[in-house]
Amino acid sequence: MLAYIIRRVFQSLLVLLIVGLIAFSMFRFVGDPIDNMLGQERTMEDIDRLRDQLGLNDPFVVQYWNFLTGAMQGDFGMSYRQGRPVAEILLERAPATLELAGVSALFAIVFGIGFGVLTAIRRDGVLANVVMTVSLIGVSLPTFLIGILLIYIFSVELGWLPSFGRGEVVRVGSWWTTGFLTESGLKALILPSITLGLYQMTLIMRLVRSEMLEVLRQDYIRFARARGLRERSVNFRHALKNTMVPVITVTGLQLGSIIAFAIITETVFQWPGVGLLFINAIQFVDIPVMAAYLMLISVMFVGINLIVDLLYVAIDPRLRADTTARAK
Amino acid sequence: MADRVQGISSRLREGTAHKPAAPDGGTDKPVLSLRDLVVEIPTRYGVLRPVDGVSYDISAGEILGVVGESGAGKSMAGNAVIGLLDPPARIASGQVRLNGESIESLPRSEMRRLRGKQIGMVFQDPLTSLNPLLPIGEQLAETIQEHLPVTRREARARALAGLEEVGIPGAADRLDSYPHEFSGGMRQRVVIALALCAEPCMLIADEPTTALDVSVQAQIIALLKRLCRERGMAVMLVTHDMGVIAEAADRVAVMYAGRLAEIGPVADVLTAPRHPYTYGLMGSTPLAARGQRRLNQIPGAMPRLGHMPEGCAFHPRCPKAAPACSQSVPQPVVMGDGHLAACHFPMTVEPQEAAQ
Ligand SMILES: Nc1ncnc2c1ncn2[C@@H]1O[C@H](COP(=O)(O)OP(=O)(O)OP(=O)(O)O)[C@@H](O)[C@H]1O
Ligand code: SF4
Ligand SMILES: [Mg+2]
Repeated sequence: MLAYIIRRVFQSLLVLLIVGLIAFSMFRFVGDPIDNMLGQERTMEDIDRLRDQLGLNDPFVVQYWNFLTGAMQGDFGMSYRQGRPVAEILLERAPATLELAGVSALFAIVFGIGFGVLTAIRRDGVLANVVMTVSLIGVSLPTFLIGILLIYIFSVELGWLPSFGRGEVVRVGSWWTTGFLTESGLKALILPSITLGLYQMTLIMRLVRSEMLEVLRQDYIRFARARGLRERSVNFRHALKNTMVPVITVTGLQLGSIIAFAIITETVFQWPGVGLLFINAIQFVDIPVMAAYLMLISVMFVGINLIVDLLYVAIDPRLRADTTARAK
Repeated sequence: MADRVQGISSRLREGTAHKPAAPDGGTDKPVLSLRDLVVEIPTRYGVLRPVDGVSYDISAGEILGVVGESGAGKSMAGNAVIGLLDPPARIASGQVRLNGESIESLPRSEMRRLRGKQIGMVFQDPLTSLNPLLPIGEQLAETIQEHLPVTRREARARALAGLEEVGIPGAADRLDSYPHEFSGGMRQRVVIALALCAEPCMLIADEPTTALDVSVQAQIIALLKRLCRERGMAVMLVTHDMGVIAEAADRVAVMYAGRLAEIGPVADVLTAPRHPYTYGLMGSTPLAARGQRRLNQIPGAMPRLGHMPEGCAFHPRCPKAAPACSQSVPQPVVMGDGHLAACHFPMTVEPQEAAQ
């Protein structure tokens, strides 16, 4: 068991090292920040001075080493564009994205599992059919279109919800800002969260549904019924738990992509998070910001994957036995 | 294997499997009575009848073996009794009486309360019958608490007693074990404990040993037999194994194409079958004498459900078939004490065979 965990952590670190290399390579091969940072009237001396200052004249390995050690301490260098530490800028933007992603994920998981179970156990019900049809639309429409559609209906036509921004935010602690504590902040979260979470919600729902249908055919479900257990217990205690292993895999991956996809939603809703920051950074070839963003996203992906793998073991006793057997 | 067969044949000779029976094949107060049970499956191509007018009784403390080729409707009949037919299959007519009360048209919720509490069921494959993610003590306690007004502690105590009763060694330490930590035979014991933990008066065992290692099959059958006697349960034992029938069953019902071909005390049916189908299954000499456990192969195949021949469903394969056979469906006729066969031209019993 311990060996398994150590192995997985080690693999995760390896992945991060590789991503770090890719992120770092951008410094060398994508665009030249100097062009953007200095105006038209630059001199060769100006350029050289700035290159030195940014460490761009060091050998590749030294630069990579500096990048890695820096990144580990949360130091991603200075933003080419804003002239401030990247970490500071990211920290400022992170709460907006994390709150949005968190609410979206919650929405996707709760409704995804709920609707998935519903459509599986009431396969021929009216509600199940409606949900299935609507979910088809959910998967097939691109995210930005859904966002624009929601804005059109709920902001422009009905005027119920804001069409952009985070609303009023409250500062909590030294750097976290939250939209959960004000009415306008909560209202502002609704449309972007639905936009961002809808696709994942339908994916989770369809997966739960198909897994659930599969599990409901199993002998142990039949045997549970033959022992006179209630439908509720059969469906939720016996069936749902058995669908969880594949569902957790996909859900975990989807949570990672929620953060990645936030770029689109943040652009549509002008949401002041790291996604929007990244889009702006691309326009200005602000490589430290781009690299830091890439690292951040991959840390999250890898972290979620690791948690998913450990969750399997927590849920399925058979895996527990196998991993201990292998570890011994 | 050899001494087991010896045991079977000696038992058959002694006729210990024979029980006094009412004319319809059961003793006076049956736990389960089927009366003209018909199960139908409506399909696009018409209505199929996997069970077509089956009647039999099972008394307390009695094991009725049910045999027949694959697709004969054995499982369908069992599922109909416990109310677990998969839609669109349904009981179209006839009665299922449990301790004298009709249960075939009970509402779903009442039928559910009956399952486990009055009727237990054991399936073929113990590997897939247990929820892999719940400890077996959990699954037992949950079932016990569903049916009996006991606390969690009492439920666990009963779970433990149940495991001990079915012969799980070191039961106290196994309550928190998961199904995968047991061997196949032990798992089937756990399954039996689960089916019986709310003390039902009736058990349906649908091929309980088919998926097991030959070495443990006899143990499971012995266990079922012991539980049946000790608890006075009525047991419906579906199997393809004539050794199992000879060893465990008191009476045997032979099904063919959804209908009852023959039913009677094991000793009579095995040594002196009257229905040509049963005769074909057993071969021409008494089964046990040849040490044979598997059913004989009869040339041809059972008709498919949508294509039942007129009259006796067996006539295309029957060596004794006559014109009358394709015209009218033979009704069960009394052949002996509690022995019925549904055939226009039953086999005659040759004296020397009957004497054996
Ligand atoms: N949903 C269905 N639609 C059509 N036919 C069905 C359906 N389910 C079962 N059947 C048919 O019903 C018949 C009876 O099946 P049943 O399972 O009772 O057979 P069995 O006697 O238990 O056979 P086995 O020894 O293989 O278990 C079979 O011919 C089967 O093909
Ligand atoms: S009724 Fe006729 S066809 Fe059917 S089993 Fe008897 S002899 Fe054979
Ligand atoms: Mg069957």
